[in-house]
Amino acid sequence: MPVKGERPHALLDVPLHYCPGCTHGIVHRLVAEVIDELGIEGKTVGVASVGCSVFTYNYFGCDMVQAPHGRAPAVATGVKRARPENVVFTYQGDGDLAAIGMGETVHAAARGENIVAIFINNAIYGMTGGQMAPTTLPGQVTQTTPYGRDVKTAGNPIRVCELLSSLDGVALAQRVTVDCVRNVNIAKKAIRKAFEYQMEGRGYCIIEVVSTCPTNWGLSPKDAIQWLRDNMLPYYPLGVYKDAGEAEQ
Amino acid sequence: MGEKVLMKGNEAIAEAAIAAGCRHFFGYPITPQTEVAAYMSKRMPKIGGVYLQGESEVASINMVLGAGAAGVRVMTSTSSPGISLMAEGISYIAGSDVPCLIVNVQRGGPGLGGIQPSQADYYQATKASGHGDFQMLVFAPSTVQEMVDLVAGAFELGDKYRMPAMILSDGMLGQMMEPVELPEKRENPEDNKPWAASGHQNKRGHNVINSLYIDPHELERLVVERYKKYDAIKETEQRAEEYLADDAEIIIVAFGASSRVSRSAVDMARKQGIKAGLVRPITLWPFPEKFLAKHAGHAKVFLSVEMSMGQMVDDVKLAINCSRPVEFFGRTGGVIPTPKEVLEQIVRLNGGGYRCR
Amino acid sequence: MTGDLNILLAGFGGQGILFTGKVIAYAGLMGGREVSWLPSYGPEMRGGTANCSVCLSDKTIGSPLVTMPDVLVAMNLPSLEKFEGDVVPGGLIIVDSSIISKKVSRSDVRAVYVDASNIAESNGLKGAANMIILGRMFRETGFCSAEILDKGLQKSIPPKKIELLGNNRKAIQLGIDS
Repeated sequence: MPVKGERPHALLDVPLHYCPGCTHGIVHRLVAEVIDELGIEGKTVGVASVGCSVFTYNYFGCDMVQAPHGRAPAVATGVKRARPENVVFTYQGDGDLAAIGMGETVHAAARGENIVAIFINNAIYGMTGGQMAPTTLPGQVTQTTPYGRDVKTAGNPIRVCELLSSLDGVALAQRVTVDCVRNVNIAKKAIRKAFEYQMEGRGYCIIEVVSTCPTNWGLSPKDAIQWLRDNMLPYYPLGVYKDAGEAEQ
Repeated sequence: MGEKVLMKGNEAIAEAAIAAGCRHFFGYPITPQTEVAAYMSKRMPKIGGVYLQGESEVASINMVLGAGAAGVRVMTSTSSPGISLMAEGISYIAGSDVPCLIVNVQRGGPGLGGIQPSQADYYQATKASGHGDFQMLVFAPSTVQEMVDLVAGAFELGDKYRMPAMILSDGMLGQMMEPVELPEKRENPEDNKPWAASGHQNKRGHNVINSLYIDPHELERLVVERYKKYDAIKETEQRAEEYLADDAEIIIVAFGASSRVSRSAVDMARKQGIKAGLVRPITLWPFPEKFLAKHAGHAKVFLSVEMSMGQMVDDVKLAINCSRPVEFFGRTGGVIPTPKEVLEQIVRLNGGGYRCR
Repeated sequence: MTGDLNILLAGFGGQGILFTGKVIAYAGLMGGREVSWLPSYGPEMRGGTANCSVCLSDKTIGSPLVTMPDVLVAMNLPSLEKFEGDVVPGGLIIVDSSIISKKVSRSDVRAVYVDASNIAESNGLKGAANMIILGRMFRETGFCSAEILDKGLQKSIPPKKIELLGNNRKAIQLGIDS
């Protein structure tokens, strides 16, 4: 286990491109720490998605595959079926996982595909400059909902963990956030459990991390955290939505 | 080599792939290729292989990308509309230098089109299989035995050049039965793919399978590199069959199902004393320019016979540098031309009735 | 027998048209000839018409689609009406006269009428009219030897359904004797 403050081995020593205050960096670190702690870097294959997290293939020290937009669960399925002994995870944003890739997500989950999805939900498209995401809140202003998201025309946000938790193939569906030390610790435990479940062959695990996007929300990092607490968490309650391990006990 | 058995083209492709060491198949049902998937679903579990029915062609091709990236021999099979859906994944596969085999058992188009045999995906296979600068190796078998023979070769060349390969079949070849002799089985090939994303086991740096390059100069350099590889392939991998072409005045150019019809027509024409011959491309990309160019001296006219609206005509013209007229005869929408129809064209051309110069 | 023989078999889906073609093709293969078997496919086969092209040849087979059959087997009226005109002059048309009451209208072809479905029914071989027709076709054309035909039949029946061999043999014999 690395000394606190030291860079985990599974996170490469390269500058990350994320904006100041973005929580991607924290989540990257948590994933890397878990990979280190489980000693699985050598057999882990990560699947990068399209969006802000597209460059994760440059950041994680394990082997990486970059998938087309939304297709990470299918690509991960291919990797895992080809190399069942490997540990395979996807790292996807809300547009990737819940809009263009919802089909792939639901079916990978329904198949109980033995992969982990790290799902960053920040309610906006970051990479393309702040458009509406499937998780954009009602009334939330984005570049493509300039008058606020009108659910009558733009539809309602999708609560992914709730949606997936009804599927038998899902072993773990948990929503976490990283707004404070306590929650960071909970998030890390959840990510670790997801990887462990995969190694036990339990099935599809998704860890949804309610995240910030200070740049596209138009807020300072500090205000973004507060906005997350005030607006995101009431709509996306934290918690365990499905845990096959708990159910067994 | 065992005794000859009768097999459907679609089943023969599947068995040949297994014999070539392929243990991973991802696909989605569509007529007229479904027997490939059905056959795989029956065989793979018995030999420790993977058969997985994806939720769509989009998902299936990306599963192929994942498995190919992880370094195993992998394939999918579909029919025309399915290839359109796979176009995205094919482009990523090519852009990531991942080898795989894609089978297209063509049917009539555009749109939902029909389900009868067609060759109207020629452009799609050879020119525009997805966005961006790239090519696939494209093989066009004309018999069930040739399907078997080309499958192994397609896997080998795909691995050699690290690129996707396609078997461009059609509903007729897929559905028909002919005698085949299956090749010796090759056990799961532990291919040497040091580039694969299969876990670095803490023994090397991390491998990244990727098609994204933000710096345009870097992307340009990689694409240019890839095109150098394509040039080498054009030089060495062209394949075609010539039938009675050496003294032919009228040369039919046809591949796959339409080449069989054309062959019958050539035989009929020869019986009438007309010097007709056939050049049958086996590789559609690289297009067998050399095989056509060498006959441009003695041939008076070329006739491209296709089950499309003439998608190969331009390639024939380019191959012979427009030195002879290139005429076209085709049926489309799922209609198979008859030898008699093709013979009529040969007779017309023999009388000098060219439509173009 | 040598030389090319292009056969078109047509009828309703479920009459065993494709299987009959397969037996012929396998017999051709057992006899050392080039063969091809091409079915119609798609929705038209479900409750509609099924047809099957079989080519036997001593050289490489060009088009496997039989558009000018030497032999037409018609097991329903639409098939007879659709394909009668395509048969080459001097060709053979075999009609299941249990199902088709109409006669062949051409005089430049040989027409053979076999009461196949009724013969099958009365011999407890329901569904084997196709094999009765095959037996008759064998007698009329001699496209292979009796021994080879039987080998072709054996090859065509999947191991799981081998119990059907006896009835099929019996039906072929009834066709030969018809």
